[in-house]
Amino acid sequence: MTPLNRKKERLDGLAASTAAPAAGQAGGVDVMDPVDPVGEAGAVRDAEGVSLLASAWRRLRRNPMFIIGAVLVALFILVAVFAPLLAPHAPDDRPLIGQISASTNPIPKAQDGFPLGGDEKGRDLLSRLIYGSRQTLIVGVLATLGGLAGGVTLGTLAGAFGGWVDSVVMRVVDVLLSLPSILLAITIASLASQPSQWTVIVAIAIVQVPVFARLLRGSMLAQRSSDHVLAARSLGVKRSAIVFRHMLPNSLGPVFVQSTLALSVSIIEAAALSFLGLGNPDDSKAEWGQMLGAAQNLFDLYPHIAFWPAACIVVVSLGFTLMGESMREALDPKSRR
Amino acid sequence: MTATTTRTSRDARTSREPLLQVRDLSVTFRRSGEEPFHAVSGVSFDVQPGQTVGLVGESGCGKSVTSLAIMGLLPKRGNTVTGEAVFEGTDLLKLSPKQMRDRRGRDVAMIFQDPLSSLNPVVPIGRQVTEVMERHQGLSRKEAEPKARELLDKVGIPDPSRRLKEYPHQLSGGMRQRALIAMALACAPRLLIADEPTTALDVTIQAQILTLLKDLVQDSDTALIMITHDLGVVAGLCDEVNVLYGGRIVERADRHDLFARPRHPYTHGLLASIPRLDSARGERLNPVPGSVADNLPWDHACAFAPRCSNAVEACRTTQPELERIEGGVETPRLLRCHNPISEEA
Ligand SMILES: Nc1ncnc2c1ncn2[C@@H]1O[C@H](COP(=O)(O)OP(=O)(O)O)[C@@H](O)[C@H]1O
Ligand code: SF4
Ligand SMILES: [Mg+2]
Repeated sequence: MTPLNRKKERLDGLAASTAAPAAGQAGGVDVMDPVDPVGEAGAVRDAEGVSLLASAWRRLRRNPMFIIGAVLVALFILVAVFAPLLAPHAPDDRPLIGQISASTNPIPKAQDGFPLGGDEKGRDLLSRLIYGSRQTLIVGVLATLGGLAGGVTLGTLAGAFGGWVDSVVMRVVDVLLSLPSILLAITIASLASQPSQWTVIVAIAIVQVPVFARLLRGSMLAQRSSDHVLAARSLGVKRSAIVFRHMLPNSLGPVFVQSTLALSVSIIEAAALSFLGLGNPDDSKAEWGQMLGAAQNLFDLYPHIAFWPAACIVVVSLGFTLMGESMREALDPKSRR
Repeated sequence: MTATTTRTSRDARTSREPLLQVRDLSVTFRRSGEEPFHAVSGVSFDVQPGQTVGLVGESGCGKSVTSLAIMGLLPKRGNTVTGEAVFEGTDLLKLSPKQMRDRRGRDVAMIFQDPLSSLNPVVPIGRQVTEVMERHQGLSRKEAEPKARELLDKVGIPDPSRRLKEYPHQLSGGMRQRALIAMALACAPRLLIADEPTTALDVTIQAQILTLLKDLVQDSDTALIMITHDLGVVAGLCDEVNVLYGGRIVERADRHDLFARPRHPYTHGLLASIPRLDSARGERLNPVPGSVADNLPWDHACAFAPRCSNAVEACRTTQPELERIEGGVETPRLLRCHNPISEEA
C-alpha cells in the first residue's frame, strides 16, 4: 500500500468510526428523572440512552495513556501561561554574558541560580526553555486552528454538496496529502520573502488543511446517509439547516480528535522549520526549534544545550499524541469492550 | 373504535376524492456489475382522507422503499422510480426537489423505526420540533416554542417545558418516538407515513404508541399509511390492509375480511404467526417457513412458490395476476394467487 493510501485509509477510518453521535452534548448521563409518569421507567436506561460521548469519557478516564498525555499537556499549558512567574530571568536577559569567552568557555556552566547553565549568548537556559513553551503553544494552536478552519470549510463543501464539488475538492486534497507534510511545509515557508513566526504558522496550517478536509468530508458523508438526516429531510428541513444543524455538528468529533494529534505534528514541524532557519530570525523570544538550531555548532562539546529543547519538543508532542490517540480509540466503536 | 364511528367516518370518506393514489409504482435499484433489482413492482393503492392503510410484509419486501419513493427520499443515484403517487391532484414523483421539500413535513410527514437514531443527538428536542414549524408555518422561534410545548403535551410527554430543553439521549425510547410523532404532526399534515414505528420499542410501550397514533390521526382526520411486519399491529389500527411479498401486492382486503378469511397462503402464514394471548409473549407460532432468499423471479412464477404449501404447477411457470375476487363488503378484495386458500378454511 502506498503511503498516500495508508494516510487516506486512516483518515476515512477515523471519520467512519466516530460518525455516530459525537460532539457537543456536554456532560450527558446524569439525567433521568426517577419518577416516570407514563410508566416507561423500564426502558429509560436503555444502553443507547447513554451518550457515546459519556461512555467514551468513562473509558478515557481509566486509560493510563490518556492520563499521562493529559498531565503532560496540562503541565505544558500551565508553564506557558505562567512563564513570567516561573522563569527566573527574561528570555533576552544576558546575566551570564561576563563568563563567556569564545575560545575557552563558550557556554556558561550550571551554577547557583542557573540550574541548566547559560546559552551561547549568556542567557539563562532554563528561563529560555520556560519562555519557549509560549512560542510553541502559540504556533501550535494557531497553525492547528488555521488548518482546522481551512479543512472544515473544504470538507463541509465536499460533504454537503457531493457531486463535482466533492470531486474537485478531494482531488486537490489528495494531491496535497500525497506530499510529505514536512517537505510541503518547508516549501511553503521558503516561499515567504521574510521568514517570521507567521510564515511558520501559515505553512503548517496549510499542511494540516487536507488532513482535516478529508476527515470531515468522510464523516459528513456518513452523516448524509444517517437516520436523523433522513428524518429531518422527511420533514422538509431546508438544505442549509440539514448541513449546518444536522450534519456538521455531528461530524466534528473525529475532527476534534485529529486536532489534538495535529497539535503534536505542528509542534514538531514548527521546531523543524525554525531549526532550518525558516522561522523567526529574531531569537529574543526563545523558541525550542530555534534553540536547537543554534546549538548545532556546539553540540559536540555541549550536548545539553541541544538536549533540553529537544526533550521539551518530544515530551510535549508526546503528550498531545497520547491524548489524541487514546481519544480516538475511545470514540472508535470497534475498540469497545 | 366502535362499529358506528367506523361506519360514519367511512361513509363520509367515500364521497371524497382519494387523498393519495399510488399507481403502478416501481423502484429498481441498479448497481454496477449487478443485475437490476426490482425492490417494488407495480404497486397501486389509494388512501382516502383520514383513512389508515396498512402495508404489511416480511422484512425486505419493499415496504420502506415504497414509502421513501412516495416521499421522494430515495438516494439520488442508483435507482429508477416509475409510476405515480398523486397527492391531492399532484403527482409527487414529478415535483422538483425544492417543491417536494416544501411539501414534506407540511402535507406529508413520516416517522421511522428507530427513534434514537432518527433524532439529531446534538440538538435539544424542542429545537427539533420548532425547526419544523419555523420551516413550514413561517413562525419565529419565539412563536413556535409555546406551540412545541403544547404539541409535546398532546403526544403525552410529561413536563414538556423541561423536555423541550433535553437532548434525545436523555429521553426513553417511548418518549423519543412521541417526540418524533410530535415533529411529524407539527404542521398538521394530511398524510402520515409510519414505517415500523414500534419495532424498536419495548412490547408494553408499543401498545401505548399505537394507541397514541390511532387517537391522534382520528382526532385530526389525518390519513395514515402504517408500515409493519406485524399483523398484530394492523389488527388494532388499519381500515384496509395491503400485503406485500417480493415487492408486489399479493392481497388487499378490509381488515376484518383479511383476519376472518385470509385467501393468500402468505397472508395465512403471517396470521398464523401472530402470537396469541394464550401463548408466551413474543413467541411466534408457525412462522412462514423459508426466507425471501428463496424467491423466484415474478416474471414467470409466483415468487412465493418455494415457500408455499398450496403451490401448484402453474405457480412455477406463470405469474399470478392481482385480481378482484368475491367478498369484501366495503373494500374490494384483491388477490394474486393461482391456488388460494379456500374461503371456508
Ligand atoms: N438503497 C438501496 N440500494 C439497493 N437496494 C436497496 C436499497 N434500499 C433497499 N434495497 C433493497 O430493497 C428491498 C426492499 O427493502 P425495504 O423496502 O427496505 O424492505 P422492508 O420491507 O423491510 O422495509 C430489500 O431487498 C433491500 O435490500
Ligand atoms: S400463486 Fe401458487 S405459489 Fe404463489 S401463493 Fe398462490 S398458491 Fe402459493
Ligand atoms: Mg423497512
